[in-house]
Amino acid sequence: MQDRAVQSDAEPQPLPEKVSVTLTVKGTERRFSVLPWVSLLDALRDHLDLTGTKKGCDHGQCGACTVLVDGRRINSCLTLAVMRDGAHVTTIEGLAANGALDPLQQAFIDHDAFQCGYCTPGQICSGVGLIAEGRAKTPDEIREFMSGNICRCGAYPNIVAAIQQAMGTRP
Amino acid sequence: MIPFQYTKANNVADAVRLIAATSGAKFIAGGTNLLDLMKDNVERPTTLIDISRLPLGSVEETASGGLRIGALVPNSDLAWHPLIEKRYPLVASAILAGASQQLRNMASTGGNLVQRTRCAYFYDTATACNKRQPGSGCSAVNGINRGHAILGASTSCIATHPSDMCVALAALDATVHVTGSNGARAIPFADFHRLPGDTPHIDTNLGPDEIITAVEVPAKGFATNYSYLKIRDRMSYAFALVSVAAALELKDGTIQEARLALGGVAHKPWRDPAAEAALRGQAAEEASFARAADLLLRDARPQTHNGFKVDLARRAIIRTLTQAAHGTPQSQSNKTIQ
Ligand SMILES: Cc1cc2nc3c(=O)[nH]c(=O)nc-3n(C[C@H](O)[C@H](O)[C@H](O)COP(=O)(O)OP(=O)(O)OC[C@H]3O[C@@H](n4cnc5c(N)ncnc54)[C@H](O)[C@@H]3O)c2cc1C
Ligand code: SF4
Ligand code: FES
Ligand code: FES
Repeated sequence: MQDRAVQSDAEPQPLPEKVSVTLTVKGTERRFSVLPWVSLLDALRDHLDLTGTKKGCDHGQCGACTVLVDGRRINSCLTLAVMRDGAHVTTIEGLAANGALDPLQQAFIDHDAFQCGYCTPGQICSGVGLIAEGRAKTPDEIREFMSGNICRCGAYPNIVAAIQQAMGTRP
Repeated sequence: MIPFQYTKANNVADAVRLIAATSGAKFIAGGTNLLDLMKDNVERPTTLIDISRLPLGSVEETASGGLRIGALVPNSDLAWHPLIEKRYPLVASAILAGASQQLRNMASTGGNLVQRTRCAYFYDTATACNKRQPGSGCSAVNGINRGHAILGASTSCIATHPSDMCVALAALDATVHVTGSNGARAIPFADFHRLPGDTPHIDTNLGPDEIITAVEVPAKGFATNYSYLKIRDRMSYAFALVSVAAALELKDGTIQEARLALGGVAHKPWRDPAAEAALRGQAAEEASFARAADLLLRDARPQTHNGFKVDLARRAIIRTLTQAAHGTPQSQSNKTIQ
């Protein structure tokens, strides 16, 4: 496998065609065309104008780009838009329903679970994923299963409290 | 990232045909390692063959009492699969010690095996690296090598394999099922990853036209006496400096069978039959564990900056075997080491 990557420098390839991709975002089907190397993150921000999802590291190391794809939290920087054709994507813009914030969004406000706010859309999408998984319950477990979301401002204790509130386990 | 063509494989035969016919092509499954490396121009495939929708996503019981895990089963689903939790908790624990839940939701079983080293020079195209560019030299040998190998390294490459899951699979004697142009074959886990020797650009014995279809674990899961202990620079979301998978079969305090594998110390999960044989028939107590640790580490050759790994590994082995013997496996949420 590995020698292939080295060989590939040799022959320049014709530029590929754009590929048509359909995503369901905020309950609406959105169709657009992208080159194959466009990440889901860049597609959301640059093609669908959904800039709530943030780019931190672009390498899977910070969690700022966390979105829910078919209900599961993933890092949108490490997947290609073309690989997600047909998927339902929930970003921070799609969490509120009928004008009411998601309980976790409200809990972040109640507990002041952010400072600059840059990591927050990813934290909230990740927390929604965590609650849906139904596995992490104790503060230790919440911390461990939220470890894929780095907060440069160090809002961690309040983030854990907010998740506990939304799960209904806050003492 | 350099431009590349994108195509989807319709079935396993199609995937094999495409990879054999397309020079410089690579499979993409979860994308968490390959896209990361492509963004840094370390991997430069001409074509990505998307295998993520192939029907390789199930976990099935085998006739011999083991489990056959499809190559596309996500790491998160595997860790929480009822049969894995019940019969192979060592695998579940090792998976949960790695990466983050978002990454585990994307990462596939097959991709986890083929993920490449985290050596910083491998990632930095401005430096010499025999793994990235054969014959260019190894920047780590005389560079910063705190995270590098202490066992099985060569003068060409001192990189480590970063996977946690693979350490558990190695301990359990798993088998890797692959299919290529010449048909299907089964590779024992110990033969899947290679030592670097003078060809460190080849990580595994997977053929250039082969796809991993499944990983099989045999009936024996050591579900009662096991532990996976991972030591790293921060408590979570970091690669191992040293990790240990230990599994014991005990009878009245005497060891009937032992499995011991190390992560973070070599180009592949590190096992040694001599260390495991030395545990057989012994009392499950610290003196036996210390002898096994010394045997497993007897060929350790630290680099300039990682002498600490030898002591760390020795203590971690003793601790992990103790946890396994007591039936108190390391929790991957509460990081207190008991
Ligand atoms: C920030 C970060 C932290 C991480 N931390 C950890 C950690 O602590 N512990 C740990 O173990 N891992 C860790 N990982 C690594 C992660 O587990 C791997 O990236 C993942 O398992 C790779 O699987 P994938 O499906 O995404 O592979 P891909 O990126 O899709 O592919 C990786 C390689 O495997 C090949 N491949 C994929 N599937 C097949 C197949 N079926 N047959 C043949 N070849 C195939 C691809 O061609 C490619 O060369 C981390 C990753 C990141 C980004
Ligand atoms: S240790 Fe291996 S991967 Fe790292 S620089 Fe040396 S050759 Fe490259
Ligand atoms: S931007 Fe995706 S994890 Fe940092
Ligand atoms: S609130 Fe600033 S990074 Fe988290």
